[in-house]
Amino acid sequence: MRQTAAATVPQPALEDSATRILSSLGGLEGPLLPILHALQAEFGFVPQQAVPLIADHLNISRAEVAGVISFYHDFRAAPAGRHVVRVCRAEACQSMGANDLAARLQEKLGIGWGETTPDGAVTLEPVYCLGLCACGPAVQVDGALMGRADIARIEDILSEAAE
Amino acid sequence: MKIYLPRDAAARALGADRIATAIRAEAEARGIDITLIRTGTRGMIWLEPLVEVEIDGQRHGFGPMLASDVPALFDDPATHPRALGPVDDLDWMKRQTRLTFARCGVIDPLSLQDYEAHGGLAGLRRAIAMTGQEIVDEVKTSGLRGRGGAGFPTGIKWQTVHDAKAPQKYIVCNADEGDSGTFADRMIMEGDPFTLIEGMAIAGLGVGATRGYVYLRSEYPDAIGAMTGAVEIARAAGILGDDVLGSGRAFDMDIRVGAGAYVCGEETSLLNSLEGKTGVVRAKPPLPALEGFLGRPTVVNNVISLATVPVIFEKGAQHYADFGLGRSRGTVTLQIAGNVKRGGLFETAFGISLDEVVNDLGGGTASGRPVKAAQVGGPLGAYLPVSKFAAPLGYEELDAEGALLGHAGIVIFDDGADMLQMARFAMEFCAVESCGKCTPCRIGAVRGVETIDRIAQGDGAAVGLLTDLCETMKDGSLCALGGFTPFPVMSALTHFPDEFAPAKEAAE
Repeated sequence: MRQTAAATVPQPALEDSATRILSSLGGLEGPLLPILHALQAEFGFVPQQAVPLIADHLNISRAEVAGVISFYHDFRAAPAGRHVVRVCRAEACQSMGANDLAARLQEKLGIGWGETTPDGAVTLEPVYCLGLCACGPAVQVDGALMGRADIARIEDILSEAAE
Repeated sequence: MKIYLPRDAAARALGADRIATAIRAEAEARGIDITLIRTGTRGMIWLEPLVEVEIDGQRHGFGPMLASDVPALFDDPATHPRALGPVDDLDWMKRQTRLTFARCGVIDPLSLQDYEAHGGLAGLRRAIAMTGQEIVDEVKTSGLRGRGGAGFPTGIKWQTVHDAKAPQKYIVCNADEGDSGTFADRMIMEGDPFTLIEGMAIAGLGVGATRGYVYLRSEYPDAIGAMTGAVEIARAAGILGDDVLGSGRAFDMDIRVGAGAYVCGEETSLLNSLEGKTGVVRAKPPLPALEGFLGRPTVVNNVISLATVPVIFEKGAQHYADFGLGRSRGTVTLQIAGNVKRGGLFETAFGISLDEVVNDLGGGTASGRPVKAAQVGGPLGAYLPVSKFAAPLGYEELDAEGALLGHAGIVIFDDGADMLQMARFAMEFCAVESCGKCTPCRIGAVRGVETIDRIAQGDGAAVGLLTDLCETMKDGSLCALGGFTPFPVMSALTHFPDEFAPAKEAAE
C-alpha cells in the first residue's frame, strides 16, 4: 500500500516538535498512539527520525515504536498528496456501486490504491467504513464527507480545491 | 422562528451544512429572527438533510431538503413541497421504541441543559444513592447484553470487575465501530454524547473504577469532536472529576483516537492499542475483567451498551427488561443500510423479523430491483437469502440460522450482487486486517482468496478445500476476525451454491 519512500524533515524542527509533544503527552496512560497522532498532525506523516526520540522517552525499544507505526493504516511514512480522496470499500457501499466508482476514479486519476498522482495533487486511499452505510457509496475528500457519491461530484470538489 | 437541522455526519455528507448556510442567508435577507439548533439525526437517513420547524409547539419535518427548497420554508410551511408533517407522527418514528436513542435528533447534543430537560442525569443521580452491588444488580435485572456483537450479559461482566480487588480499575468504551452497515455508535456519540458519559460514570460507580477511556475510531472525526466537547462540558459541570455530582466518589474519562485498524474493535487488541502497542489480540484467560487495561480489572463495553445504562437507571431495570424476546431483553438498535430505499436507524424491541425490516421498514432496494440477500451483523456476519427472512432478530434466534446479530447492522443487496465476489471480499478483508497472531487467520485468509479464485476459474475440487479452510479458521483463531470470517464465506456458499458452481460444471 505505502509505495512512497520514507520522507524526512529538518532535524531541528523534528526535535523541537518531538520534545514538545513528548513532554505534554508522554505522561499519559498508553501514550504512544496520541504521540504518533500529534506528530502526524504536525508534519503530515510520522518522520522516521522521531522513532529513537520516542523510544528513548518511553523507555521502549525502537523496534517496538517502528512496529506500532507500521501496524496502523493511519500512520504515513511520507506526506500524502495535496488532497486525499478516501473511498469506502466496505460491503454496504459495495451494494451501492462503490467498486464501480473506485474503478472509474482510479482510471481517471491514473493511480491505484495508496498511490499519489505524479503532480502530487491527489492521493487515493481505501477506507473500510465511514459510518455512512445508509447513504452509500461514501467518499471523503480531505475533511469533507460525501454520501451517495458520484464521480462528477468528486471531480467538482477536486477542481474547486485546485483553484 | 425555531429551526432544527442535524449536524450528524450522514446529514452533513448529504449537504446539511449547505442547508444551514441557506437558512441563515434567507432569514437575514427577510429580516426574520431565527434560532437554528443543530441536533443529532432522527435516523431517517433517506430524508436527510431533514429540517424541522417548530409550529405551534410541534416540530414539523421537511426533507430531503435542497438549498433551493429553503426560501419556501419562510413562505407557507404547510404547502412546502417537502413538508412531511409532524416528525413524531411519521410512521418510522411512531413504530419505534426509543429508549437508548430517545434524545438523539431531538436535543442540541452539547447542551447539558437540554440533556437534563429530557431526562438526562436522572439515572446517574439514582445510581449515586446506590451501592456498587446494587448498581450491578440493577444492570443484571435489566437483562442488558453486550450490544457490540457478542451479546455477553453486561451485569455479569460488571460483577466480575466489581468483585476484583485492585488499586485501580477502568471502564473502557469500545467505540471502534468498524463493521460495515453499522453506525449506531457514531450516531449516539454525535447526537447524544452525554448519555455515553453518564453510562460510563454509572459503570464506574458500580464497579469501583475511577478512570475511563473511549477508544474512538479515527474514521469518525465528527464523533471525536462531539465526545471531546461533551467530556469537557461534563467535567466543568462536576459530572466528571473527583466528586461526581457531589457524591464524594470519583470518575473521570478521556477520548482516545484509534489509527485505522479494524481488529482493534476486538476487545483485547483494543486494550493493547490503548496501551500504545500493536493491536494484536490477547489470549483469554486472563479475562479483561480481571486483567485488562494495564493489567488492571477493566469493563470493556460497547457504546450502545453503555449509552443504554442511563435509561435503565432512569426508568428502572424492569421497565427495560419488559421489552424483548426470550433471552434478548430490551431494545435493539437496527441499522438498515446498503441498497435500501429507506435506510437508517430504527430502535425496537427484539423479535422483529428480517422481512419486516427489509421490505416494510426499508421499503426494498434503492435500485428498485429485487432483494437478493441481507448481510446481518457486519463483515463477519452471514449472508441470508430471502427465504430466511422470516427469522426474528434476536441473539439465539439468528444463531439458530447459522447467523449472528452482531451490532445489528443489516446490509441489503439487490440481485446484482455477486455472492462469490462477496465471499472473496470477506477473505480479502480478513487478510488485510488480520493482526497476524493466529496462523489460520493470517495465512488462511490469503489462501481463502486464492481458493475462491480457483473456484471462480472452474476448479470444483476447491469448494471442499474452502469448506475445510473455513473450519480451520473457525476453530483455530483466537478472535472473531479469523473465527467469524467463515460466516459470510460459508453462508454465501451454502445459500447461493449456483454462483460457485456454473464455472465448475463448465470445466468438468
